[in-house]
Formats: sequence, structure tokens, C-alpha cells
Amino acid sequence: MADTRAIAVTVNGKVHRREVETRMTLADFLRHELELTGTHVGCEHGVCGACTVLIGGASARACLLLAVQCDGESITTVEGLAAGEQLNALQQAFQDNHGLQCGFCTPGMLITLTEFLRDHPDPSETEVREVLSGNLCRCTGYQPIVAAALDAAKRIREGA
Amino acid sequence: MKPAPFVYHDPRSLHEAAGMLASLENARVLAGGQSLMPMMNFRYVMPDHLIDLNKVGELAYLRFDAAALHIGAMTRQRELEFSAEIGTRCPLLHEALAHVGHRQTRNRGTIGGSLCHLDPSAELVNVTALLGGTLHAASQHGTRDIPFAEFAAAYMTTSLEADELLAGITLPLPDRRHGYAFVEFARRHGDFAIVACSALLGLDRNGDITQAALALSGLGPAPVRPALVERALIGQKPAGAAFKAAAAEAAKLEATADAYVTAAYRQHLARVLTFRALEQAARRAMEKTDG
Repeated sequence: MADTRAIAVTVNGKVHRREVETRMTLADFLRHELELTGTHVGCEHGVCGACTVLIGGASARACLLLAVQCDGESITTVEGLAAGEQLNALQQAFQDNHGLQCGFCTPGMLITLTEFLRDHPDPSETEVREVLSGNLCRCTGYQPIVAAALDAAKRIREGA
Repeated sequence: MKPAPFVYHDPRSLHEAAGMLASLENARVLAGGQSLMPMMNFRYVMPDHLIDLNKVGELAYLRFDAAALHIGAMTRQRELEFSAEIGTRCPLLHEALAHVGHRQTRNRGTIGGSLCHLDPSAELVNVTALLGGTLHAASQHGTRDIPFAEFAAAYMTTSLEADELLAGITLPLPDRRHGYAFVEFARRHGDFAIVACSALLGLDRNGDITQAALALSGLGPAPVRPALVERALIGQKPAGAAFKAAAAEAAKLEATADAYVTAAYRQHLARVLTFRALEQAARRAMEKTDG
């Protein structure tokens, strides 16, 4: 018999109640149960950063958390960033600076930077590169991602 | 579904957790999950019971007294990283934490999880070795103190008994006049180091070394405190010649090889990093002595 639990998780402001197998990771819960497929699953062992989400405002690997551990928690995924069709300042900066090519790593990049820019509104390039060391990108060579992050920081500071 | 099936338990107290650990067969304790979860996703580890400590509030604490820092096993690396008091009273720990994984993993990862996982080059294990930390194990039958020197039993294996879990750790604080340093070499930022070296140096009024401690990680299964090298530094001037000699001795420590890195290269790194750590520690000790 599978070990299951009833959980209630707030994702992007909406409460979801499900009965889940306790071994289900948060990443699988978001994608398979809630059909929020914006959170990408790359390595499933905490290295690539593609599945990064915010839990109570702090970034974490969704593949290294169990859904059952998130009972009662508030989670932000990449789907929670834009206001409808309107990209937020960080997303717009990614588009304008060509901060993505295939887009696989982008959800994790955006979430990592959402937390980082909230706590460090005026970062140096070194600080941006350091925080992005936990997110792998195989297309861009990181240059345009770093440029997008610095541009976004500027736009947010200027009240964009 | 990546992990093999298990029964999930989320105790609310240390007493309850210890009871589960004593009575359940093939149980594993889950802390921050940044090492155990990958191993479960790979199915290297397939526990029948998973005891999640994340709701055991009593295991998350950070307290200072005059001589020591007391940290609960479930205290997240993030809490340590952002603690201003650690920045003033144990800056060595901050310097080491900057090398621990990434922000996303430090947000979840705990000090107890890192110590129990006991990766040979883990930074928090290194710092515990350098400071001569004491680990507090808990079981149904009570608590037991384990000096760090007796904690590492073998490669990635602690001396905790099957029914014991790590409740916390006490790190003696070096007096404020010490100079400190933590340096490591890794292929990429956030990777486990190939070799890491930390150092503490204390100087007297004449500027001679009165206290010296070194901890080298990545050479063998657990950090090494090279007692002879430490002792040879006492009474010396904190300068190039003494540090060069110490570095040469560090390069003679036994090192293991793996598929990626030879023993000789690890010994080379031991020499270079020992020199850098001592130089940095001396510079900081002298700033304090001058000021």
C-alpha cells in the first residue's frame, strides 16, 4: 500500500488540496498534480537549478523537497511572476537582453534572481555571477543572463 | 516518482524522533535533504521509513556563550550565513559557508545534515575539525557527547549508533586575537572542494606564533589536523620561511586518488593551500595585534 497524505499547498496565491504519495517530490507535484509545467525538471538531484521555486520566499530545489513537506507552505513558481500577459521587469529584461535561448533553465534563473534582487537591489556583476552559480545554462554562456539580471536590477530600482 | 516507496514520519519532538529511530526498521533521518534526497532520487538509498526532522523545532537554535557557539543540528546554513553575530564572533564560519553549495541549497541545507553526511571535503566538517567541535548525539536513552576526532569513523560514516541522531554541536570560539583563514580549490564555484584548508594563528606581543591550528580536507575520508605541522609553527615568526616549511610538510600527508584527481595533485594542493591559509591567517592576526 502506498503511503499517502492529504496536503494543502498555496501556490502563487491559490490553495491546492491533494492526496499525494509521500515520496512524490515537490517538482513532480507542481508539474503532474497541478499541471504547472513552468517549473522544469533537469537533473533531479539538485545540481542544475532548473526546478528552483520559492518556499516562504526562500529559493530551493523542488526536486529535493517532498510535496508532503510543503503542507501549509506558500510557494511561488515561474507562473506567479507575470501579471497576466504582462511580463514583470525581470522577465522583460530577459527578453530584451536575449537572456534565454532554448528556455529550459529560464524558470530557475528567474526564480533565483527574484529572491536575489529582492534582497540585493543593487548587486555587482560578481554577486550576480555567484548567485547564478547554482543554475546551469547550456546555451547562452551566461553573458546575456548576467546582463539581463543587472538590467532588471536597474529597472526595478528605477521603479519599472 | 524518483525515490523508492517509504513510509513518511514527521515527529514534532526530539523524544518522538528518537523513539521512531529506535523502533523502525531500515529508517533514515531527513534533515535539509540536500544530500539524502539526491541519493534517494538515484535510489542509492532506499529507506523503508523516512523520519523528517524539519518539524522538530527544538533542533533549530543558535546560541553563544563566552567561550563557544552552540548550534542545533536542524539550523539551516542560511541562518548561519546571515547571522551578524557569527560574522563578528566566528568570521571563519562565514568564510567557509560562502563555499558551501549554492544559495538555493544553503536555504534548506542544515549544519547537522552536512556533518552526518560527512563528505570528505565538506566545509562545515572542516571547520568543526579545526575548532575541535563537540557533537551532541541523542537517543531514547539520553544524550552523549562525541569529540570531533572520534566522530568520523570511516569514509562518509559517522560514529553515531543506529539509534542515535545528531541533536547539535558546540564549537569552541578561538579568542578574538586569532587570525583565521579558509581557502579551498574547486573546479567550479559551489562544487565540493578537491582540497580545502583552514587555519587559526595566535601571536604573542613579540609577534611570535603561540597557537596554530590547521585542518585539511579532501586528502582522505575526513579532515586531518596535522599535529606535527601545527607544533612546529609554535615559537616561529609568522613569515614566509615558517609557512613554506609547514606547507612542505602538509604536502607529505597521505592522500587518496580517485577517477578524477591523483594523490600527487591533492598533495600539491595541500602545499599551496596550507601556505595561503597561513599567510592569510597571519595577516589577520597581525592586524589585530597592531590595532
